[in-house]
Amino acid sequence: MATPKKVTVLDYGSGNIRSAVRALEHVGADVTLSRRAEDVLDAEGLLVPGVGAFAAVMKALKDVGALQWIGRRVAGNRPVLGICVGHQVMFEEGVEHGIRTPGLGEWPGSVELLPAPIVPHMGWNTVEPPENTRLFKGIENERFYFVHSYAVQSWQFDVTQPRMQPPAVTWAEHGARFVAGVENGPLSAVQFHPEKSGDAGAQLLKNWLGTL
Amino acid sequence: MTVAIRVIPCLDVDAGRVVKGINFEGLRDAGDPVELAKRYNAAGADELTFLDVTASSGNRETTFDVVSQTAEEVFIPLTVGGGVRAASDVDRLLRAGADKASINTAAVARPEVINEITERFGSQVLVLSVDARRTTDPGCPSGFEVTTHGGRTGTGIDAVAWAKEAAERGVGEILLNSIDADGTKEGFDLDMIRAVRAAVKVPLIASGGAGKPEDFPPAIAAGADAVLAASIFHFGPVDMIARVKQAIKEAGFPVR
Repeated sequence: MATPKKVTVLDYGSGNIRSAVRALEHVGADVTLSRRAEDVLDAEGLLVPGVGAFAAVMKALKDVGALQWIGRRVAGNRPVLGICVGHQVMFEEGVEHGIRTPGLGEWPGSVELLPAPIVPHMGWNTVEPPENTRLFKGIENERFYFVHSYAVQSWQFDVTQPRMQPPAVTWAEHGARFVAGVENGPLSAVQFHPEKSGDAGAQLLKNWLGTL
Repeated sequence: MTVAIRVIPCLDVDAGRVVKGINFEGLRDAGDPVELAKRYNAAGADELTFLDVTASSGNRETTFDVVSQTAEEVFIPLTVGGGVRAASDVDRLLRAGADKASINTAAVARPEVINEITERFGSQVLVLSVDARRTTDPGCPSGFEVTTHGGRTGTGIDAVAWAKEAAERGVGEILLNSIDADGTKEGFDLDMIRAVRAAVKVPLIASGGAGKPEDFPPAIAAGADAVLAASIFHFGPVDMIARVKQAIKEAGFPVR
């Protein structure tokens, strides 16, 4: 059996963080829950969870000194996976109740309220992964568990240089089409909760471990 | 491309044991909430709800153990209700492994607690549980009244107005339980579902009255985004969740 992949789940005080740890352990990762710089920077994979408000998550990341860590890992080609609000903060900004909060800015785009009759978008929804997906391989037609009111509804990161690998963008729909997942070199993120998405979610985490 | 209708079995837990009896064969321990949670997960449940009916707060510690053991083994959303009075109770449940908490009596007694909980943990964490019954009380113009203590005590509060207020205060979902329909197995109170649906934008979970798979599609047509039931799953055949989903699907609604 292969050596378990070493993954750090970033512990910055966000909601039910244990579920991400348990789900990763369940698929065979060697998981550390930590906010220490060396654990975050040295792990083979970093998982950034996130529950609650965009602004609160950004503040919490800042408070534990984690704002630079994600960019530093990405620059060093060290894999990172963001989940839910941990996905949203990878973008330029979040707009909640008319207040704009800068995000980590790894990708262009704004996280805004979904124009749907029923909000939050809560429950199991389908996704549309692109051909070149690695995360959704084998689970392209499964449903995943979403809980959110805000989302990135326009993807503005079109790569024109032929030498660059274009990001693999997965879409979903609730009131509007929105970005449900991005795979961009070492940086990946999903709007839903793989750790709460049963067997399909477990497979997605397994697929991510396979990229480490 | 639409979110699936959620089918949610509800387990009543007293001092760490499932009560109201479960009728499954092949279970090592039918009173073990963890074993039942695993069974329902394998049977296709989209979410699970534990209702802690423990009378004495001293025995409530066991609930946290049950939640944490379940979260170790079942990777679908878990809501826990019963005894939630303050943000600190929600914090403990989340730390134990719950994804959401449901609140009922404590919110009726002090609605501000909804703001306190959702401002700290986000709207998605809180389900407002409303036990409502039909009434002719002029103080309840919708014709539905909020009750407490399992439907035994009327409050004189209009159920539709209460659902609307709670949504404005920040609850992420409303679990609407019809006291009149509960236990009748004659179907959901569709008028009640329609009335609350028209008043709120947050997801609505319908409960009370389900006796057979065919009872579910009308509740969804009336506006429910999810359906919750207990005895039909506990006492029905093992594949009851699949049968319910089949009925929902045949009526043209999406299921997982």
